Amino acid sequence: MTKIVDTASETLPARRGMRGWTITPVGGVCFAIAAFWLIVVLIGPWLAPHPIGAIVSFDIFSSPSAEFPLGTDYLGRDMLSRVIIGARYTVGVSLAAALIACSCGVALGMITAVIGGWFDAIVSRGLDALNAIPHLMFGLVIIAAVGTSLPVLIGTLALLYTPGSFRFARALAANVNELDFVHVARARGEGSFYMIREEILPNIIGPVLADFGLRFVFIVLLLSGLSFLGLGVQPPNADWGALVRENVSGLAYGAPAVIIPSLAIASLTISVNLAIDNLPRRLRDRLS
Amino acid sequence: MTELVKVENLRVIARSDSGRETPIVRDISFAVPRGKVVALIGESGSGKTTIALSLMGYARSGCRIAGGSIRIGGRDILSLSASEKAKVRGRNVSYIAQSAAAAFNPAKTIMSQVIESAMIHRLTSRAEAEAKAVELFRALALPDPEGVGARYPHQVSGGQLQRLAAAMALISEPELVIFDEPTTALDVTTQIEVLRSFKSVIRDRNTTGVYVSHDLAVVAQIADHIIVLRDGAIQESAATEQILTDARNPYTRSLLAAANPTAPAQAAPLAADAGEPPLLEVEALVAGYGAAGSDGLPAVTVLNDVGFTLRPGTNLGVIGESGCGKSTLARVIAGLLPPAGGTVKFRGETLAGSAAERTKEQLRSIQIVFQMADTALNPTRPVDQILGRPLTFYHGVKGAERTRRVRRLLDLVQLPAHIADRYPGELSGGQKQRVNLARALAAEPALILCDEVTSALDTVVAAAILDLLAELRRELKLSYVFISHDLSTVRTICDDVMVLYAGRKVEAGSRAAMRSAPLHPYSDLLVSSIPELRTGWLDGLGKTGGEMGLGSAAVLARADRCPFFSRCPSRIESLCDTQMPPVRRLAKGTDILCHQSEAELIRLQADLRATAAAPLDRSLPGESRQ
Amino acid sequence: MNNTMSRLIAARLGVMLLTLLIVSLAVFVATEMLPGDVAEIVLGQSATPEAVAGLREAMNLDRPAPVRYLLWLGGLLTGDPGVSLVNNIPVATLIGGRLGNSLLLAGVTAAFSVPIALTLGITAAMWRGRLYDRIVSFVTICVVSVPEFMVATLAVMIFAVQLRWLPALSFANDVQSLGELLRVFAMPVISLSFVISAQMIRMTRAAVIDTLQSPYVEMAVLKGAGQTRAVLAHALPNAIGPIANAVALSLSYLLGGVIIVETIFNYPGIAKLMVDGVATRDMPLIQTCAMIFCFSYLVLVTTADICAIVSNPRLRHK
Repeated sequence: MTKIVDTASETLPARRGMRGWTITPVGGVCFAIAAFWLIVVLIGPWLAPHPIGAIVSFDIFSSPSAEFPLGTDYLGRDMLSRVIIGARYTVGVSLAAALIACSCGVALGMITAVIGGWFDAIVSRGLDALNAIPHLMFGLVIIAAVGTSLPVLIGTLALLYTPGSFRFARALAANVNELDFVHVARARGEGSFYMIREEILPNIIGPVLADFGLRFVFIVLLLSGLSFLGLGVQPPNADWGALVRENVSGLAYGAPAVIIPSLAIASLTISVNLAIDNLPRRLRDRLS
Repeated sequence: MTELVKVENLRVIARSDSGRETPIVRDISFAVPRGKVVALIGESGSGKTTIALSLMGYARSGCRIAGGSIRIGGRDILSLSASEKAKVRGRNVSYIAQSAAAAFNPAKTIMSQVIESAMIHRLTSRAEAEAKAVELFRALALPDPEGVGARYPHQVSGGQLQRLAAAMALISEPELVIFDEPTTALDVTTQIEVLRSFKSVIRDRNTTGVYVSHDLAVVAQIADHIIVLRDGAIQESAATEQILTDARNPYTRSLLAAANPTAPAQAAPLAADAGEPPLLEVEALVAGYGAAGSDGLPAVTVLNDVGFTLRPGTNLGVIGESGCGKSTLARVIAGLLPPAGGTVKFRGETLAGSAAERTKEQLRSIQIVFQMADTALNPTRPVDQILGRPLTFYHGVKGAERTRRVRRLLDLVQLPAHIADRYPGELSGGQKQRVNLARALAAEPALILCDEVTSALDTVVAAAILDLLAELRRELKLSYVFISHDLSTVRTICDDVMVLYAGRKVEAGSRAAMRSAPLHPYSDLLVSSIPELRTGWLDGLGKTGGEMGLGSAAVLARADRCPFFSRCPSRIESLCDTQMPPVRRLAKGTDILCHQSEAELIRLQADLRATAAAPLDRSLPGESRQ
Repeated sequence: MNNTMSRLIAARLGVMLLTLLIVSLAVFVATEMLPGDVAEIVLGQSATPEAVAGLREAMNLDRPAPVRYLLWLGGLLTGDPGVSLVNNIPVATLIGGRLGNSLLLAGVTAAFSVPIALTLGITAAMWRGRLYDRIVSFVTICVVSVPEFMVATLAVMIFAVQLRWLPALSFANDVQSLGELLRVFAMPVISLSFVISAQMIRMTRAAVIDTLQSPYVEMAVLKGAGQTRAVLAHALPNAIGPIANAVALSLSYLLGGVIIVETIFNYPGIAKLMVDGVATRDMPLIQTCAMIFCFSYLVLVTTADICAIVSNPRLRHK
């Protein structure tokens, strides 16, 4: 039995190659911006020309100059340094929260989809109810109760976005769970852990990563909002939202101190959003 | 001028997202004379639907018509502006889609959609259009022609929707009607009714048509001329009779051969040891979905009181229409759906309902192969891992030995060794199905459950898979439970045949017995509905079983009546609809579920045949030609 | 209205009530996490043992948590959600004076943005891929990507600082004429509308494009229907459910946006009240505001679901 069947009558799909991985120009620029901020986060302290809390100028809300490329804030501190260090808080806290939220949500989502039954029903109903609380408001409630500190912020943000991530991952995993190759594995006698690791996870990882990006954007926005209300990152530290808040009195003069942190947030969130919209074809195919 | 349609050097190009362009229709030229039906025949990817849509100046997104000319009644379609094209569509050329269920808008009444093209093109008043629609409904033999228009699409059955789609196409009295695989999505017994009504309106109205299909036997009944396509190019173009009897092109001949599955020499069933227990024994199986009610039946009962015995080394074919419960049967045996009642015994041992509770040895011995090779293989794992996993799982094979055995499996299913590092997305449909089979073989099972394994494949590829199954059976001494909606496929490969209808076993017997009269009325309908590869078959066919009344509700197993009652031509009023029929053993050795006596069935079925104009060849199309 | 439909709607309302119950529990538990003795914290410097004991009794702090939860829940249902810890005024009185302001702001914003957003979303879907669609898509993704306060501060910069058309702050209490009313509302409404419209446009566009890809729309085109007919007569009736959902979800953004916008414009609504409450840790006030927000959110989402059920032809014509 060595005869090899002539399959020439069927059209063969192309061999997997570089095709489908090409990135659109918009996507490329957006990836670059997001990567830029990530680098700023990593090497920020070495980039900042002035110590973060130092009052370096008598001129408050000054316009950009050679010495202070982004001007000064309401106390006469260097805005460039403050924005660079602020990136650590905005990106760092959001990234940590998004990581925790997505790992918990995705793990729970896959487990409930594979196990099903009453465990699924209870977890789904409970997390759906949590999802029905407007995020900013629930954040306010927790912060009112527990006070605000970096760990509390990260924990709160992660808690707020876990239900959404769970819901997304569960829906995806439930779809994959109904596919025939999963039935075959089940009929073979495979255990739940194998099913999750080998059959489900590899088939939902693309959309899960895209969802992680979107959730990161939401968290950045929420964190900035909280800080803007004075309930997020506390002085003397400041994330970008807090920078806008402390300099909001410069609004009347159109001071760069108000505009720059806003632009920093916008550049990060818009580029991540657009980057996800322009993901390489190969990844996007798996999103459907 | 007698030519209505003239297509010259038509070229259509598909553009992938990365911007690469590939021609999918290459320099096609043909003509359609007025009052004739020309068929475009080809397998998936042959460009037949693309050509048909081009006739309306329409290309699906991602495709564009790159060259050539299409003249319909003197109009150059491709040079028209968008709004001029809209004026032609639905007015001069109309379209019947493959799936009427999807082509009807679920939010609007059937009538408003049927007369829509007449309204768009301002052909008549609404009242006149509606009157004309009712007339068409009648001509298409739709039940309740007056009332059906007020219904919504989900309220009528698939076969009826397909005919309503024909009414929708004919309402504007177009010069040309395009039939795009209009019966492919239907069950055979429904297909025959739809074909019959199509044929009669085409004849009565002297319609000019382009009929797109992959099924030569269907086309042989309707078309005057056949064009065989492959990869967007014409292979052969000739009158229907000539294609069927005297095809010149080798590809056409391979299509014809595949449409006539020949029974491979059967391995004689292994002489069963007298003391050996049956391989598989299913008794009084009840299965379904949802919680069990007070009567012990699940909320939706899919299988009711089904039982059979499979001797070692034999094959059982299970046939029935969509929704009859045949796939559920496979899922129950495989342990994917615990039954609500009854038992499944393997080699004399009762199997637990759920796979998780069965022993590894039991799991290994029974393997399942699914219909859609696309979804049956994990797209993120290469072939060697897909095949290697059961080797490791069941036999503890690792490393170089595993690689060697994966090679051997690939060889067994006649695939080249280099396929091992490919991903499923890089394989063709037939290759995927072979990998799918190889994975089941990796377990070294005694029994393979084949759930419609050839249904999603093109005919030529499907025929090759059937040959492979027969060969594997001989070499590896396997048994199959072969599930299919296609009686001719089942009969080429199986020793015994079981017919399911609405979750009940209505007939079971040997392959040979299934070929002699009498049959259960449903089996009889099934046999006579399979189109034969010759012209005039449809015209010569007598009356077949009546169809279900309006409504699309799937027939569910009920304890108080014969499941086939509403469609049965041999029914006995006030008996068949009030009592479950008994199981009757016929002289030829089959069991049927019927109230009619054997003698009466023979008489009734002979009467049915007698109404046919031509003598009916009772044997299978394939076998009649050997 | 038939049986299946009524049953589905009843089930949906049941889910809403159950969710509301779980939410109230979550809000209660969250506010219970306050470390230390609430009475001492509230009283701060003036925490004499007698005062603490008195307050503890007044707040039922001596009773076990489940009892307090039930008492609080009962109070909420009977319109007596407790007394503010900060100024001893009943929470109902505090909220009562301001709820109207917030509802007015939300209502005006919704009335303003829903028609505009639906029109933009549907037209963008109709002409998808064209320049118009690309501009709409780009602008909306930018707006949804930036924080609400940025939209609001930009609006202040443009309309109040640069153009000097509108006042930067709102004081809804001392409005005398209609013209003044418009001026006072303009800034908050414009800011909020931007935020929720962008969201709504994106979701509406996606919903309509989804239905435009269905075979029955292709069939309509092949019957000679033009673009307008294909969208309005064939796609839209099937997109009602998803669009209602888009509107509801976007309007629920109002709830988040309103917190920021009321704070920026110093608008006397309950969101501002709540933010002030957070600063002073006025728990009864925060709990009540939170429940009002959650309730509005659930009403919106449930309404959308019911719209989807009612507009489903398979359920409507059984």
